[in-house]
Order: sequence, then structure tokens, then C-alpha cells
Amino acid sequence: MSFTVNALTRSLNVFHLSGSACNNCDIEILDVLTPRYDAERFGMVLVGSIRHADVLLLSGAFNRKSAIRLKRVYEDAPKPVVVIAVGSCACTGNIFTGSYNISEPVCNYIPVDAFLPGCPPKPEAMISAVVKLIQKLKGK
Amino acid sequence: MPKKTIIPIGPYHPLQEEPEFFKLHVEGEKVVGLDIEIGYNHRGIEKLSESKTFEQTVFLVERICGICSTSHPIACVQAVEDAGDIEVPERVLYIRSVIGELERIHSHLLWLGLAGHFLGFNTVWMWVWRYRESVLDMMEHITGNRNHYAMMKPGGVRRDILPEDIPGIKKTLDGLVKPLALFRDAVIDDPVIHARTKGVGILTKQQIIDYGALGPTARASGVKIDTRKDYPHAAYGLVDWKVITAENGDVFDKTVVRILEMFESIKIIEQCLDKLKTVPGPVDSNPKAIKPGDGIGHYEAPRGEVFHYIRSDGTNRPVRHKVRAPSFMNVPTDRVAVMGQSIADATIILAAVDPCYCCTERMIAIDADTRRTALRSPDLLRLSQEKTELLKRELGKEGPKLDFGVPS
Ligand code: SF4
Repeated sequence: MSFTVNALTRSLNVFHLSGSACNNCDIEILDVLTPRYDAERFGMVLVGSIRHADVLLLSGAFNRKSAIRLKRVYEDAPKPVVVIAVGSCACTGNIFTGSYNISEPVCNYIPVDAFLPGCPPKPEAMISAVVKLIQKLKGK
Repeated sequence: MPKKTIIPIGPYHPLQEEPEFFKLHVEGEKVVGLDIEIGYNHRGIEKLSESKTFEQTVFLVERICGICSTSHPIACVQAVEDAGDIEVPERVLYIRSVIGELERIHSHLLWLGLAGHFLGFNTVWMWVWRYRESVLDMMEHITGNRNHYAMMKPGGVRRDILPEDIPGIKKTLDGLVKPLALFRDAVIDDPVIHARTKGVGILTKQQIIDYGALGPTARASGVKIDTRKDYPHAAYGLVDWKVITAENGDVFDKTVVRILEMFESIKIIEQCLDKLKTVPGPVDSNPKAIKPGDGIGHYEAPRGEVFHYIRSDGTNRPVRHKVRAPSFMNVPTDRVAVMGQSIADATIILAAVDPCYCCTERMIAIDADTRRTALRSPDLLRLSQEKTELLKRELGKEGPKLDFGVPS
């Protein structure tokens, strides 16, 4: 295992970027941090700046205005960065597909490593996604 | 004279759940101005709704906002029912109220936790959200999903609350009373919370009326408005409860109003559950078509009144669907509330109206050539004045000439 992968997967610093979401995915992401699920036990913490992040969590479809900011944020991220699309909106556009203000799914703007469908995905699903992702990064 | 500085907050800021952009103008520690820029969240829902059938529209409006994900559907189905003169069985009314009030408890708890977070009091956040989970469990049990319940449909609800489930729900509800009382006493007694919230971000009664603010924001300033009492819908006219108000209009009073409202919600749910044991009936009147006409629906969401307007032309789709969410009225009050306060208090003041930007953003206009937002607020004001003039001329009523001093 390379030094980078080892360092990356030890304690994931997560930056959460909400696009044009309905808030529910964002709340479920926060839910994962609160006492019932408490992902902070495993060293997963939300960070305030993309420059500190190992993981970029995207929620919601990105409209014309926020898509520009999404690309900026991705460019600013220290690489390697793992991108997870949380919720059906971020995966495919969900019920908003065809709207005049949402032109493309997120994966057309930036490369996405994991898709986590659900509207919203349950906290258990989010934790399971992260576990799978860590295993994949480690090459298991 | 001290130099004026601008502090940008957002659009993607660690304290915000949603993208929005605040420009705080400050002189030293004091806030002297505020600009709000939104538009990061606009998804064109009203237009999308015109391409969906009446049943699909409910799923769409559910996704306007994840926190009020039953308020918008209730208002929407009521608008459809109003347009099509559809009868709703009595049992449906009680079920709608149960879901609506459970949502109010979860939303107020969510706000309380986040308010603690904004004050730098993360213990409150973790603690409150722990008890919020039990509300989500109840929701999952009744509707099958923790959020986005998909319960409403024109003419009824999609799932019944089964008699064998009622004791379990009541037990969980009873379990909630103790922690809620704990939060109430903690907020009312805690000197730290007093110091941070009392006398902070005051909105006077007159300001509330001028801005047309709604919901707990208005009630905390002594304006007694609540759609549930003023235009009884669902089962709110059939059960006993009271509207909670406070007098001072500061952040503290907004917190207290929200906490006390949760007790009222529990009272409403318990009465509705008792009625559900005896009131028989189908839970769906299965309307086959919506006749031409237009209808309106109100619902008192956790943040204030949501309003839906639907026009039907006799086909299976709405020809026009208009949504007005409470944050649309509440967010502009930020400007008066935050003026003259210190920067440290600005976050909690901006959060005190429980703003929801995904509800607020209903329209956007883009210049096709420059790809920039074309309509700004003066343009919108001018457009609405022109429309009013036009309507007046059409209806043959000459009112006073309105002039808000907007440059044309
Ligand atoms: S996937 Fe569903 S819950 Fe998540 S942002 Fe989209 S509509 Fe909301």
C-alpha cells in the first residue's frame, strides 16, 4: 500500500458541498455524525475548507449557477480527492431531470468515484459506501 | 469614521447547510448592512410541475424541501382538491395532521440542534439530534421512509395508520415528552443561552407586519397568526390545541416558541391517534379526473404558511402551479434583525428565522446572450407593478397609483 493511500484512508476529512439539493441529503449526512451513527468515532470529520479535505461529498443536482462553483471547488481540492455523489439527485438528477436550470448530471462536470443512490440514502447506506470505498482504495 | 468592511459568507460555508451568499457590511464589530444573494438552489420546479400529472406533482413538491417534505404535499393536494371539488374522507384528515405534526417536531428539533451549533454549543446539537432520531423512526414505521414520506395524494393518503401501530407510536411519543421538557428547562434556565440570545436580533410587531413574516418568527413577536387556526384544514379544526406566542421577538423568544409548539404538536397527535381508533373509512376517495378550475391550498409548515395555487384545464396536468414558501417572507426580515448587532451574533440571527433557501427560490431569469441573471429586485418590482396596473384596467377598477420609487 502506498504512503498516500495509507494516509488518505486513515482518517477521512470530509468536505460537504450541497448543490441544488432539497436539504434532506445534507441533513442525513449530518445525521451520520450525530450520536446514533457517530461516524466521528472512525475519524471521519467534516472540515470547513476543501483545502483540508480527502473526500468531497456532493448532494443534490447542480444547477447552472452552482455548477460553475462546483468546478472551482474541485480544482481547489488537494489531489488525490475521492468524490462521492450522495443521493439520486447527485447521481442522475432524480425528478429534476429535464428542468431548464439543470443541464447535466454531476458526473459530467467532475469525475465521481462513488455513486450512492437513494432519496435520501439511509445513514447506514452512507457508512457502508464509505467502508466499501476505503477497501477499494486499499486494493482489497 | 470607522472604515466599512465587507465580510463574505458563503456561498459554500461550513456553517451553512445550503448554498446562499451573504455580504455582511461591518464597521468594527457592528453590522451595518446585509446583502443576500441566492439562486444556487433554483431547480425550476413550477415549470417542471406543468409536465407532471397531478399525482406526480405531489412527489415533485415533496422534493422542494427535505425538511418540510410533507407541508408542500399537503398544501399541493389541498389545492388540487379545491380545484376539482374532491371530497376527502374524515380519516384522511387525521392521518394528514399526524404526519404534519410529526414533521413539525422533527423540524423544530433540527432547528434547535443547529441553533446550538451556531452558538458554538455543540452539546445541544448532538443531544437534540439524538432524540430527533426517535421521530424519524416513527416516520419510518408509519410511512416507510425516514424523510420524503410520499403519504399524500389528491383525495386521500397512500397508507393507513394501522390500529395495531397506534400503541407503539404513542409510547414513542410519551418517551419524547421528558427530553422535550428537559430542553425547555435547559433553554429557559441556562445563563449561557440567555446571554447569547436575549435581546439579540429583535423584530418588533410592526416590522413583522410590514415584512409580512410568518410562522414562529411572527408568533415570537406577538403576532398571532397560524394557518392551522385561521383557515382550519386537515384535522386542526377538530382537535383542541392553542397557538403559542411570545412578546419580545428576540432569538430567545423564537427558541421558546418553537419548543412550546412541540408540546402542542404532541397534544394534537395524541388526539388524532385516539380518533383514528374509532373513525372508520377509506383513506382514499380515488378521484378519476380533476375538472377545470383553479384552487388554493394552505398549510402551516414548521416555518410558516406555505401556499400553493393550481390551475387545471381538465387534463391530467396542472397548467399553472405556483408555490409560495414561508422563508420567502421571513428571509427579508434578516436585514432589520441583524442591523446594529455584533458580528458574533450575526450567524444566530440569520439562522433564527429558520431559513430554507430551497423553498424560497422559485424563479430565475437569465439573459440568453450574456448568461447572467437578468431580473434583479427592482425589475421584479416594476414587473409586478405593471401587472397590477394591467389587472386593474382589465377589471375596470381604478385604485391609487402605486409608486415605490423604483427607477424604470
Ligand atoms: S436525492 Fe432526494 S433527498 Fe437527496 S437532495 Fe435529491 S431530492 Fe433531496
